[in-house]
Amino acid sequence: MSHAPQPILDPALAPPFPQAALPMLRDVQLRKNVAHATDVIQAKRARLVAEKPDWQALRASASRIRDEALEHLAAYLEQFEARCMERGGVVHWAADAAEARAIILGILREENASEVIKIKTMTSAEIRLNPYLQAAGVKVFETDLAEIILQLGELEPSHIVVPALHVNRSQVREIFARSMGLSDLSDDPQALTAAARHYLRRKFLEIPTAISGANFLIAETGAVAVVESEGNGRMCLTLPRTLITLAGIEKVLPRYSDLEVMLQLLARSATGERMNPYTSLWTGVTPGDGPQRFHVVLLDNGRSAIRAREKERQTLRCIRCGACMNACPVYRQTGGHAYGSVYPGPIGAILTPQLSGMQHAQSLPFASSLCGVCYEVCPVKINIPEILIDLRAQVTNQERGKAARFLDPMYLGMRVANVLFSRSWLFHAAQWMGRIGLGVFTRKDGWIHSLPSIAAKWTQTRDLRGLPQQTFHSWWKQRKQGSR
Amino acid sequence: MHANTGFRPEAWSQAKRFVRLYQDAEAVVIPSSSCVAMIRDQYPGLFEELGNEQLRREFRALVPRVYELSEFLIDQLGVEDVGAYFPHRVTYHASCHGLRGLKLGDRPFKLLSNVRGMELVSLPHLERCCGFGGTFSVKNGDVSSAMLAVKLEDVMSTGAEFCTALDNSCLMHLGGAMHRQFAGMKTIHMAQILASTGQSPAEVLG
Repeated sequence: MSHAPQPILDPALAPPFPQAALPMLRDVQLRKNVAHATDVIQAKRARLVAEKPDWQALRASASRIRDEALEHLAAYLEQFEARCMERGGVVHWAADAAEARAIILGILREENASEVIKIKTMTSAEIRLNPYLQAAGVKVFETDLAEIILQLGELEPSHIVVPALHVNRSQVREIFARSMGLSDLSDDPQALTAAARHYLRRKFLEIPTAISGANFLIAETGAVAVVESEGNGRMCLTLPRTLITLAGIEKVLPRYSDLEVMLQLLARSATGERMNPYTSLWTGVTPGDGPQRFHVVLLDNGRSAIRAREKERQTLRCIRCGACMNACPVYRQTGGHAYGSVYPGPIGAILTPQLSGMQHAQSLPFASSLCGVCYEVCPVKINIPEILIDLRAQVTNQERGKAARFLDPMYLGMRVANVLFSRSWLFHAAQWMGRIGLGVFTRKDGWIHSLPSIAAKWTQTRDLRGLPQQTFHSWWKQRKQGSR
Repeated sequence: MHANTGFRPEAWSQAKRFVRLYQDAEAVVIPSSSCVAMIRDQYPGLFEELGNEQLRREFRALVPRVYELSEFLIDQLGVEDVGAYFPHRVTYHASCHGLRGLKLGDRPFKLLSNVRGMELVSLPHLERCCGFGGTFSVKNGDVSSAMLAVKLEDVMSTGAEFCTALDNSCLMHLGGAMHRQFAGMKTIHMAQILASTGQSPAEVLG
């Protein structure tokens, strides 16, 4: 296994994307793992999407449903709260991460819980729940296979659906062998899952308190929905005495029947399956069956502020399928850790900076070639490139006022280019001067091999053709005169 | 360039200038998919922000007459065979903006398949970005280079003599790397292929 330093997934502390990406680009094993895993999921997804003639109609329908939920968010959340409480659930409202953590710890204290089992929930990673609970003396056990790998290997998630996507089979073997004391464990997938099953069964039977996330909250009925592949989630949802569900406020759907649309899109987009193996739905508490105490913690943590912005509101349509990261050519090279957030890839590049009110992760909107494939695969039609461009403008507007940026080559270059583009005589003069200026760098073969300042980032791997002797304009003029 | 990098006021002035310069033209034909996509997808938003109703009207009148080259040839002129002759093995790179932005579809292939003497080799992973991305190529130069390396592998695997496209920015990116690596392949804009004839073959630059 590589012994690279642990990536920092805290947007407030993480280095800028270009800097964080460099060690990832040099990590051969990581790049092979990420390219292989995303290629496999993408190919499966493409096959299943192709067999749905109504795919575009489903996408349109899903984006309308999500927009409706976001338009009347407060009303739907209150409806959910009322229905859930009628059925014996308790609903808590958390304005930010600290409040959510405190609410959850408070419930665990009431339950005298010193241990808790967890279903995979990226929202809990967003609020850094595990380290907080561990510091408060509560032992946390992840039960999703990928999350177990990460927890036992002390690794960070790199994908929202397949968090251990960057880890391969032999690396999993090594982690399990070391942490479970199984020195003769083989890297056969069956042997690995058997080891995990053995480890998990004891936890399921012994620990009576669980924490889950939610894929959807149904306003109409007060139900919560969790979809998963392994069945370990269902064990957490049914065996314990007490269940705490943490959900972002945007997760609400107006009606139960909306699931018909969402579930057709989600599994196909996320894992390339027609239907995910386990879909759990429950409403409040059922006496004598399943958890007898049920809490829902509704988390805002910056979401209301995103909702308030007209163009960016669509960010909150996201149903966390991860299709955008599987398709993204940038993510494919760097993996998730370079994004410095538990939400990587294209959706992370727009969500992470916004969740911090554009205070952190300002390099992320620029971590895209704007190739548009994220928008094409998004099941709820989030126009990620459009939002990336809008966030870039917000960052640039903030930055350009700073004195330090005045002579920054990028900012200076952009201002100068704009002046040259504004008058044709200036542009022509610049072309003339450019031929002389760039001539210094141009070799006899007409190519430039090395340039200074930010342009050196181009010539580090690419040559550049020198300016031609004749401009298109003068050629065009000459041609027109000749033909008449 | 300015709009995509977040320099809005500069982008406004360029969008205004575009309308001023071209509003009397019968047709504006642009051999660059990314430029057409900028005009169609982003200029409306820029004019919205500017809030100048007169300008918005002028733009709305102009934009239906703005064509990408293959759109103009096929949709407007109804020409699929331009009578070109280019006796070489060629692969076509569908740039992101041509493919997903403008949805050019099979237009470029129709034009290329009618070029005499040319062997068209299909490019694996046609939908994948070459990693250029405008200022992305220098702001994230390392990641851009990694994407380029992956794309070049596919392009070189075709064994073509030329890689063509309807977007000069991708060609500058791919061609710059080919030249740096002595790769044994060159880039050529599709307009050059279409303009190439037996009497007047395309001038292939070094």
